[in-house]
Amino acid sequence: MTTPRSFQEIILRLQNYWAAQGCAVLQPYDMEVGAGTFHPATTLRALGSNAWAAAYVQPSRRPTDGRYGENPNRLQHYYQYQVIIKPSPPDLQELYLGSLEAIGIDASLHDIRFVEDDWESPTLGAWGLGWEVWCDGMEVSQFTYFQQVGGHDCAPVTGELTYGLERLAMYVLGVDHVMDMPFNDPQTPIPLTYGDVFRQTEQEYSRWNFDVADTDVLLRHFEEAEAECARILEAPAEDPKTGNRIIMVHPAYDQCIKASHIFNLLDARGVISVTERQAYIGRVRTLSKACADAFVQTEAGGWTPEPA
Amino acid sequence: MPELLIELFSEEIPARMQAKACEDLRKLVTDGLVEAGLTYAGASAYATPRRLTLVVADLLAASAPVREERKGPRADAPDKAIEGFLRATGLTRDQLETRETKKGDVLFAVIERPGRPASDIVAQVLERVIRNFPWPKSMRWGAGSLRWVRPLHRIVCLLKDDEGAQIVPLEVDGIRAGNETEGHRFLSSGSITVAGFDDYAAKLKKAHVVLDPQARAEHIRADAENAAFASGLEVLDDPALLREVAGLVEWPVVLMGDIAEDFLSLPPEVLQTSMREHQKFFSVLDPKTGQIVRFVTVANTETSDHGATILAGNQKVLAARLADAKFFWENDLRVAKAGMTPWRDSLANVTFQHELGSQAARIDRIAALARELAPEVAAEPDAAALAAELAKADLSSEMVYEFPELQGVMGRYYIVEAGHPQDVADVARDHYAPLGPTDVVPTAPLSVVVALADKLDTLTGFWVIDEKPTGSKDPYALRRAALGVIRIVLENKLRLRLDKYADLAILRHKLDMARPNGSDSELTALEDLLHEIADHGVFGAAVRTVLERIGKTDDDAGAVLSGLEKKVPDLSDDLLSFFHDRLKVYLRDRRVPHDVIDACLAMPGNDDLWLVVSRAEALAEVLATEDGENLLQGFKRANNILAQAEEADGVEYSFGADLKFVEHEAEKALFEALEKADAVIQPALAAEDFRSAMTAMAALRPQVDAFFEAVQVNSENQVLRRNRLNMLSRIRAVCLQVADLHRIGG
Repeated sequence: MTTPRSFQEIILRLQNYWAAQGCAVLQPYDMEVGAGTFHPATTLRALGSNAWAAAYVQPSRRPTDGRYGENPNRLQHYYQYQVIIKPSPPDLQELYLGSLEAIGIDASLHDIRFVEDDWESPTLGAWGLGWEVWCDGMEVSQFTYFQQVGGHDCAPVTGELTYGLERLAMYVLGVDHVMDMPFNDPQTPIPLTYGDVFRQTEQEYSRWNFDVADTDVLLRHFEEAEAECARILEAPAEDPKTGNRIIMVHPAYDQCIKASHIFNLLDARGVISVTERQAYIGRVRTLSKACADAFVQTEAGGWTPEPA
Repeated sequence: MPELLIELFSEEIPARMQAKACEDLRKLVTDGLVEAGLTYAGASAYATPRRLTLVVADLLAASAPVREERKGPRADAPDKAIEGFLRATGLTRDQLETRETKKGDVLFAVIERPGRPASDIVAQVLERVIRNFPWPKSMRWGAGSLRWVRPLHRIVCLLKDDEGAQIVPLEVDGIRAGNETEGHRFLSSGSITVAGFDDYAAKLKKAHVVLDPQARAEHIRADAENAAFASGLEVLDDPALLREVAGLVEWPVVLMGDIAEDFLSLPPEVLQTSMREHQKFFSVLDPKTGQIVRFVTVANTETSDHGATILAGNQKVLAARLADAKFFWENDLRVAKAGMTPWRDSLANVTFQHELGSQAARIDRIAALARELAPEVAAEPDAAALAAELAKADLSSEMVYEFPELQGVMGRYYIVEAGHPQDVADVARDHYAPLGPTDVVPTAPLSVVVALADKLDTLTGFWVIDEKPTGSKDPYALRRAALGVIRIVLENKLRLRLDKYADLAILRHKLDMARPNGSDSELTALEDLLHEIADHGVFGAAVRTVLERIGKTDDDAGAVLSGLEKKVPDLSDDLLSFFHDRLKVYLRDRRVPHDVIDACLAMPGNDDLWLVVSRAEALAEVLATEDGENLLQGFKRANNILAQAEEADGVEYSFGADLKFVEHEAEKALFEALEKADAVIQPALAAEDFRSAMTAMAALRPQVDAFFEAVQVNSENQVLRRNRLNMLSRIRAVCLQVADLHRIGG
């Protein structure tokens, strides 16, 4: 297997690899999220009994990690590659190792290790057991068997793989500063680095996240999203217009995602005290649990109508 | 006799769980086998990241048949009785035997259970063990319902005898036991068929798996030491890390790498922590300078480039980590050199506990208490207060944010950089101690003062907000804090009235909590009160002094002050009894009996822990002698007779005996002995020489024994009786000034 030459080639190889393993290659979710796990293709689809296999890139935002594009490894906006398979296949570890090979990591030259790392998301009311995967001492992926999401036991169990794309690509490409990483092929007429694409936005968002975002507005948005989420889920299952059973889980879950991201922004603005922090996390968890409760009442969540 | 081989092959088992899992597997399986009648000669268990293995040697091939006879009802007993017997034995009427006995014809059941072959028993036991394995955390996977630490893939279960190895038929949740396993994840491919333990271990070795964790650890230790030695260096001993790393690899390959020059100036604790916690690297020292100069990492694989790629990758990751650490260190040094003010300011915004306020408020309280405590250990009060103010400043530093385990250690560097003396700086590192029962206790006066003030502030704070430990719940580690106080006091032989400092600390919490809502005059009164206690050390008197000074009576003392007079001493007493409970645990470990401690705690001055322990140790020692033991019996006898008489007569016989009513030689001897003993005991107690006091008390034994032998206390002659009771009262009084002997059992 040849070594990839650019960031995008690594992404394309992962897409091809997981498509070949039978995953539906989805597109990123069109909302601001802190991690690929928030995509409804993971959070909601991990619930219920229906089988599921998907892979996608998810742009992720962590406002507190902004460093104005100066830190070699830290970004407030970065990409995760997410693979989600339910039920987790018995050869998931081998499939994962195959994906490393596909992007040019030769297991006969590198030291690849599965090191205990239990995963927990207090905002999603979710936890699982698994590992962080080390390649030559560097964490390149998270590997998790979901046990609970939104307070519901996962049965069957979903296997989740999360690759931190920038860090992984920097290692494969031998780049020391993320901004120097070739985004497209360096041999093309218009070669672009990661910095060409993102340096300016990192600066802009770092300034806005840390110093300018209007915290009063954000606080209001948080409460509005929280209220809207609850209101959506309170609506009766039967739609009066069509007469069909339509539980609006995804619109409600969008509000949950929104609340979660606004909380992250408020955190970056430094207006949330340690004690308040727990309370906010609890409020978001309440929303995600309500969404999970609603999702298992839908067909995608494994609900079947009573036979008449 | 057969050998049993079990292997449970799974995805990677967390390193920290492997040792206990080995022991659990060994114990649960062998206990199960023995319980089912299969004894064995020996059993060993092993773990690698992907497998748990058990070998049991010389197992019985089958359990012995069991023949049991049970006697039932008479043959002519009512049907109901016979039916009951049939149910209990599981037999039918015609299977019962009728035998003639003295009581007539009686039914007997003869139950024969044939022996079971080992494979049946092993299959049953192993399935039960797998399904109920005590992992600290377990999980489900795929669509199955079995729980294991990570997905379980294979079960090897073989019984081998002279005829060869047989697979034990067994299936757990779709996994069928077999004779196949796998070798190293990358250095071996395909499955391996095994025919018994020796074959298994040898084939694994060929497939690049070292089965025995101790062999892996030993290999790592030896290779690391050799690699370091070849460069004139030494590996920093780290047994816990060695155990962990041995649990992360099946085929350990030691690689030694460089730390870039840039980072060698970082404090050694930073290098070591960063390498150990994040990368699981061993530190390699230059013995000439004591500096960490290189690292050892342990790979799980051999490569064609002899680990060059792996080492380069590890060095790169380390460089990124250390670049972060260096960035934090340099930023921190700038703040430190400028006096650390921003850190101390920012602690005002960090909550310690929501009812107990910010870290800054906490530090202020600790500093004030440290100032008050300083004279107790001949420390300079200003230096103590300064050391306390600085000791937690590093909690705001970037390095401690990144590596919380370096709290205090970093502070020590930063305080020196800020221009303070080394003994003040050392307090930052040492005031958290002791953290565990075997942790070293601070001895430098400033560290002792701040360590005590810190722990007392925490304890009193959680007492004030009523968050005391209950049962197994102690989220704020208050038991550890109390034990810390006890150990600091005792090991430094400090003479300290804990009550006074508990009162001060409690009051200071009350003052802090009253600040937002209390009136100015109340707050001033509280502050006055603090000063009064600091000066006079007695809470009640201090309250009255302050109330008089501000011209108020108890009735109109104001919302904050009212109730304090009762509440503070109650809290303080309750906290003191918590200390006493911890002290009992501490002394129990040192073999001082419970009742001896109780007898000493009942004496005045029980907030002076050194005094309590000195008294208890002397008492325990004397009671262990024959004189002491017998004197105690004498005391009890005197006390019983006296108590009965006092109850019957409704008087207390404490007038003192009169020599002129002494009739018997033994009475006279006791009278004189008591006088003599008292003349020794009183000054000895005043000098806190408990050993002499107790020895003098125990020396009364012959006279006390002789008295009881010769003299009838309850004489017909009321004058003699009263005089004798007064004599007993003397015995009681003399003994009770030493310790409250009522509380000694036995």
